[in-house]
Amino acid sequence: EVDLEERLGELDLRSDSDIPDVPPPTDSTPEILKRALSGLSARWKNWWIRGILTLAMISVFFLIIYLGSFMLMLLVLSIQVKCYHEIITIGYRVYHSYDLPWFRSLSWYFLLCVNYFFYGETVADYFATFVQRREQLQFLIRYHRFISFALYLTGFCMFVLSLVKKHYRLQFYMFAWTHVTLLITVTQSHLVIQNLFEGMIWFLVPISSVICNDITAYIFGFFFGRTPLIKLSPKKTWEGFIGGFFSTVVFGFIFSYFLAQHQYFVCPVEYNSETNRFVTECEPSELFQMKKYSLPPLLQAVLGWETVNMYPFQMHSIALSTFASLIGPFGGFFASGFKRAFKIKDFADTIPGHGGIMDRFDCQYLMATFVHVYITSFIRGPNPSKLLKQLLILQPEQQLSVYKTLKSHLVEKGILQPSLRG
Amino acid sequence: ESESENKLDGETASDSESKSEFGGSPPVPTSDDTPEVLNRALSNLSSRWKNWWVRGILTLAMITFFFIIIYLGPMVLMTIVMCVQIKCFHEIITIGYNVYHSYDLPWFRTLSWYFLLCVNYFFYGETVTDYFFTLVQREEPLRILSKYHRFISFTLYLTGFCMFVLSLVKKHYRLQFYMFGWTHVTLLIVVTQSHLIIHNLFEGMIWFIVPISCVICNDIMAYMFGFFFGRTPLIKLSPKKTWEGFIGGFFATVLFGLLLSYVMSGYRCFTCPVEFNNDTNSFTVDCEPSELFQLQEYNIPVVLQSVVGWKTVRMYPFQIHSIALSTFASLIGPFGGFFASGFKRAFKIKDFANTIPGHGGIMDRFDCQYLMATFVNVYIASFIRGPNPSKLIQQFLTLRPDQQLHIFNTLKAHLVDKGMLGRLEDA
Repeated sequence: EVDLEERLGELDLRSDSDIPDVPPPTDSTPEILKRALSGLSARWKNWWIRGILTLAMISVFFLIIYLGSFMLMLLVLSIQVKCYHEIITIGYRVYHSYDLPWFRSLSWYFLLCVNYFFYGETVADYFATFVQRREQLQFLIRYHRFISFALYLTGFCMFVLSLVKKHYRLQFYMFAWTHVTLLITVTQSHLVIQNLFEGMIWFLVPISSVICNDITAYIFGFFFGRTPLIKLSPKKTWEGFIGGFFSTVVFGFIFSYFLAQHQYFVCPVEYNSETNRFVTECEPSELFQMKKYSLPPLLQAVLGWETVNMYPFQMHSIALSTFASLIGPFGGFFASGFKRAFKIKDFADTIPGHGGIMDRFDCQYLMATFVHVYITSFIRGPNPSKLLKQLLILQPEQQLSVYKTLKSHLVEKGILQPSLRG
Repeated sequence: ESESENKLDGETASDSESKSEFGGSPPVPTSDDTPEVLNRALSNLSSRWKNWWVRGILTLAMITFFFIIIYLGPMVLMTIVMCVQIKCFHEIITIGYNVYHSYDLPWFRTLSWYFLLCVNYFFYGETVTDYFFTLVQREEPLRILSKYHRFISFTLYLTGFCMFVLSLVKKHYRLQFYMFGWTHVTLLIVVTQSHLIIHNLFEGMIWFIVPISCVICNDIMAYMFGFFFGRTPLIKLSPKKTWEGFIGGFFATVLFGLLLSYVMSGYRCFTCPVEFNNDTNSFTVDCEPSELFQLQEYNIPVVLQSVVGWKTVRMYPFQIHSIALSTFASLIGPFGGFFASGFKRAFKIKDFANTIPGHGGIMDRFDCQYLMATFVNVYIASFIRGPNPSKLIQQFLTLRPDQQLHIFNTLKAHLVDKGMLGRLEDA
């Protein structure tokens, strides 16, 4: 009787070509599409399916935007859970570990813990006034880190107690697989939500830039593609890459121009305690106010204008689009390498013609982190509401002394007029 | 390219024939590292006692070393924590190489060390900015580095990520992804915890010394109780552990924690937060001890009164916290040890490395410490201190004027609500 461990040890050491392919996912194209397209040849049929599904996804996207921030948050959460599920399922298939004791429960439990931790941090920040009023929530917020840690530890101890002889290596693999997946999917999805709260434009423009780059690089590659870009993804070409880059920058530029005009997209999302809803109403920051820029002489000669009216945000959109076109694809190459390493064609077969949710979102992950880092570094300073929350949980004497220091500082700077007694 | 493929096939063919216990390659033998001096001195004793003596002597050596470092101060402690972290990282990564025969993977050694550097840069940057705020604001290059710190760290990490993607080689994809995952999980465990330890250290050296000593004490006490009284096995993973050792170790550690805290709370150099003095450019530990470290009278519960014979006892409040820390070290800390045992069995290694004679690698000594460091950090953040007021003021000063005004007004309204400020009073 061959020890399962030994068999898997050999599995690890064999070169990639020896590892059997995972059976290809079933064709989940709806019947209705199949009938409509039955006349066309296979190549164009595939093109049409992909095209229709792309339009369908973009429509869903616009619909959700219209429905507002709360729906968007739910959507991000659902996508995160689905991506996590897809990656974990691949792990099960690779390691034939679907029947490991406890493991399915533990994976979902860890997902719950990490989400609880992150949502607790977000909720505490943005819903400060809502939370102040309710006693139980106050307790949960104050000891949030401790509670999250205790929950995580429980999972950790359950894992240790579930270790079974002859399955140790598998269990450690799945443990590590779960944690790396959590690191990738959950942290980025929370960064996406933080970007969303900054203003829906910070959510829409990056995601659209990545999608646009995907589509335009594909189209340029389709019509003009000649030189292969990277061995990992043989379908990508330099022509597609460069064409996609320029198109995305132009697209981002124009798209930002339209979005920057509406308060709905530009204002930070806030939670109104009275109406118990999210509101996006504010005085647009200077990023979203038209300014005159003098064109450099080079462009002046080309375009014939001397100055141009632009939103400062459009300059930032150039940075975002550049990242989406130049570095974003590395996320895609990473996913391609991952799929080749584990001999899978797609992450799952959720979307006909496109593969799984993860296939669509692989480039988005780097983008979300970049936007978040970009915002915290260049756009805004520390989060005022977080600072306020921390001030409010100080001891009363500390609050008083801080108050006095702040007051003297503000008076000194002339921001506050020294008030009259009376 | 085809040559390396043949090499892999060749290795596995012969390995399966030899049917060695490692399901592949022979286990890395740990050479006997014991110094000659000890070998000669103990050459007369039987093998069992010899092992006991070697372990005992090395334990004393490590504890002495620990005390010396404490004496030398926070800066040296930080350096030691850093060295331990690097050595642990190196040990775990080396195991990964051995497991996957991936020592010759293109770029991988460089990339692992590069990622270690990136993550450390990120964490040290965050720490330095917090604690050395005035120093950083003064020096121009440091100020820029600190303002754009996250962006710079992210760029550095991204460079490593792109290098990894570009280094993917056909026929080695799976190995490369394994090593990538292995590196990241190791970083998550080793680097984050070592930075939490440094945070604890800055809170006051007592928060560094008491937890570590409790874990060490629990290790030793559980071993001794198990040695003399051990009968019922505790867990299949570690057959040497017994329930008698576990429970005996628990009580001994709680007692030890109480006594050690009592002794340490009397000294400012242990209880004061570590601060960086801009004028002398060195670390100082000088302050008014917080109420945690001031003796208070506690009424002993009636049950204990009859046992102990006293009505009240003078204790430091910190000693109550030390009970919580010792309890965690004795009850949950060992799970870190079981995790490491499971890991060693999974990958069929006896010890993480052979750095310390009789004890194994650095990681073998520190496996229980990792959970402890996180717990202490979370404990401090939740129960001991709120946010640091001076740090909050610093953050306030970087806000825009309209944001500052908004916060000021909210704080004022809050204080008026609480009755700390009169409505129109100019406090």
